[in-house]
Amino acid sequence: MENKIIVSPSPHVHGEESTARLMRDVLIALIPAFLVTVWVYGARAFFVTVVCTASCVLFEYLIQRFLLKGKNTICNYSAIVTGVLLAFNLPANIPFGLVVLGALVAIGVGKMSFGGLGRNPFNPALVGRVFLLLSFPVAMTSFSSPVPDAMSGATPLAFVKEALKKGLNVSDILPELSYSDMFTGLGKAGSLGEIAAGALLLGFVYLLWRKVITWHIPVFILGTMAVFSGILWGIDPEKYMSPLFQLLTGGAILGAVYMATDYVTSPMNKRGMAIYGIGIGVITILIRVWGAYPEGISFAILIMNAVVPLINRYVKPKRFGAVKK
Amino acid sequence: MLKTFRIGGVHPPENKLSAAKNIEIFPLPETVTIPLSQHIGAPATAVVAKGDKVKVGQLIAKAGGFVSANIHSSVSGTVTAVDAVPDGGGVRKPAITIKVEGDDWEESIDRSSALMKECSLTPAEIIAKIANAGIVGMGGATFPTQVKLSVPAGKKAEFLIINGVECEPYLTSDHRVMLERGEEVLVGVRILARALGVEKAYIGIENNKPDAIEHMRSLAVAYGDVEIVPLKVKYPQGGEKQLIAAVTGRQVSSGGLPIDVGAVVQNVSTALAVYEAVQKNKPLFERVVTVTGKALTNPGNFRVRMGTSLRALIDHCGGLPEDTGKIINGGPMMGRAVANIDSPVTKGTSGVLLMRAAEAKRNEPDVCIKCAKCVSACPMGLEPFMLSKLGKLGMFPEMESYHVTDCIECGSCSFTCPASLPLLDYIRLGKAEVMKIIRARKS
Repeated sequence: MENKIIVSPSPHVHGEESTARLMRDVLIALIPAFLVTVWVYGARAFFVTVVCTASCVLFEYLIQRFLLKGKNTICNYSAIVTGVLLAFNLPANIPFGLVVLGALVAIGVGKMSFGGLGRNPFNPALVGRVFLLLSFPVAMTSFSSPVPDAMSGATPLAFVKEALKKGLNVSDILPELSYSDMFTGLGKAGSLGEIAAGALLLGFVYLLWRKVITWHIPVFILGTMAVFSGILWGIDPEKYMSPLFQLLTGGAILGAVYMATDYVTSPMNKRGMAIYGIGIGVITILIRVWGAYPEGISFAILIMNAVVPLINRYVKPKRFGAVKK
Repeated sequence: MLKTFRIGGVHPPENKLSAAKNIEIFPLPETVTIPLSQHIGAPATAVVAKGDKVKVGQLIAKAGGFVSANIHSSVSGTVTAVDAVPDGGGVRKPAITIKVEGDDWEESIDRSSALMKECSLTPAEIIAKIANAGIVGMGGATFPTQVKLSVPAGKKAEFLIINGVECEPYLTSDHRVMLERGEEVLVGVRILARALGVEKAYIGIENNKPDAIEHMRSLAVAYGDVEIVPLKVKYPQGGEKQLIAAVTGRQVSSGGLPIDVGAVVQNVSTALAVYEAVQKNKPLFERVVTVTGKALTNPGNFRVRMGTSLRALIDHCGGLPEDTGKIINGGPMMGRAVANIDSPVTKGTSGVLLMRAAEAKRNEPDVCIKCAKCVSACPMGLEPFMLSKLGKLGMFPEMESYHVTDCIECGSCSFTCPASLPLLDYIRLGKAEVMKIIRARKS
């Protein structure tokens, strides 16, 4: 035979999946939330996202090229995803210098110091966010809102936490809050990506449809948050906020759908995902209700990221025909 | 809700290019090369020598042990060699080469096409006839059928499951057999059920063959307790354990056999061969083969004599396309890529698939991003990413504790991996080593 034929072991066909395609789908899923945030916060939100993403890509390129000396990894889109997610965790009026610094920590410390994609134990975007939150608390928590009569300056979570600390009752503060605004993203202060629950959920549906993620992690996180906060609310609705408030505010949906589902830092089977999701839900509510910070999902995800290797070791998928010993 | 198996599975593109092509009788080749090992188990022992004249259907090699199968000549002519011939992989294996002269069949074979429904033989007589005819599992596993029908003491068969799933992409031979030879298959099913002493038989057919489901259902009414079970399309539903789970909901336990849950599984083409052997005295020396591929001029289904070269099949279908990158004996998920286009069709050859150069090349592997898609895809509920890593590192005892011996090598993990990692390559390597370790421990 003139032309050479290939001889290799089966299977001889491969699905359409690729790392780049999955990452691209995550970006597509984030488009609705991005549009809402640019509409609400204006050009500033757009530039924060662009600067953050460009910095992440640049740092990954430089580190891969000059420190790790490996092949170029930009084309798998993962640095872009980290960049956009980090930007979604920042307030719109954050100084650009901090954006670049956050990107450096996210990519340099959170990802590349472990060897790059696939090897980092913690979600890189959250490493960047938490670094900025702890180091520059003022810049990270001052929100400006362009909508005139909106609550500017404080997120609903921070507003409620402050009010409850002052001894006010829930019924006193409820008139100040609008659930429909929280859902659409209008007139509510917050990080770029946490203001519009509806747009984020639209992206969730897209991710499920494209089979990028399964429902397990988001549903277990949000379900646990709802159940836990529901119990507290049931005990004393004047002291604790309702489950709906907990789900629609802060980074609950952004965290549950886009951050906690990061492949690299989440468990590798359904049972593990359930444990991980429940853990994140419980810790988030604990921090929100009794912790020092108004929002706790970033910390909750990072804490559970640390538990993932343990979960992977001890929680196994359901085997076909497993024999009980 | 259509039935299917619960754990894992993938959906490779079906590409059943030859589904509408009738089975054609393939012209007699000039020579045939009949390997002595066309089945799982001990190779058969040749009972003819160079220079002998043989007839179609004449025994030319005797089963070489309990798990082995007789081999019959597929043509009439002169034995020109009994020696080692390169197989599909290019490895020399014992085979009998026969120069074809005419088409002179053994007189005992009933060549009429009349349907013979009645069979009053005892189970032992049926099994003996099947053993004599050299029948093996024709879905690809090629396990000797008489061994599968001999239920071990202490176990009891409750039902027979006939595999008409054909979940491998491209292949259509079983589909065509059901459409064109459905009645004979059903008589074969009744004979198999009789041999096992069971009343109930199921025929599992995937929903992508509605014509076969309809046809078999209309015929089955006259054949006692035969239930046609339409199944949701999902690979690897044709896997024995997956099929049993899909049809009955019962799981064969790890390390166990189908008979542990009362099931015996046989392929539809095997059922046809059983009909021919028991009712027509015709040994297994020809089978239906799908010859297919996107670049092939005339894909089709052919009744082919064993020992015909793949080259003859390809030439008949329009010749080897210019940009052929891979030639596969079997389907794209579990078939074997052949190095030797002159290697023969054997009892396990359900298809010959030609892949274009662009399709044949594997993607460049990337790093594992721990997406766990392999875990979700694995029909045995294993952790392919971990097994593969352990295999790469040579950590075989650990692989055993991760249940590598459960792996059915279906390839769903490699198929689905977004990083295009060759997961199954390392798992297969490790599984072979672990099997060696287990055998050494036993002896």
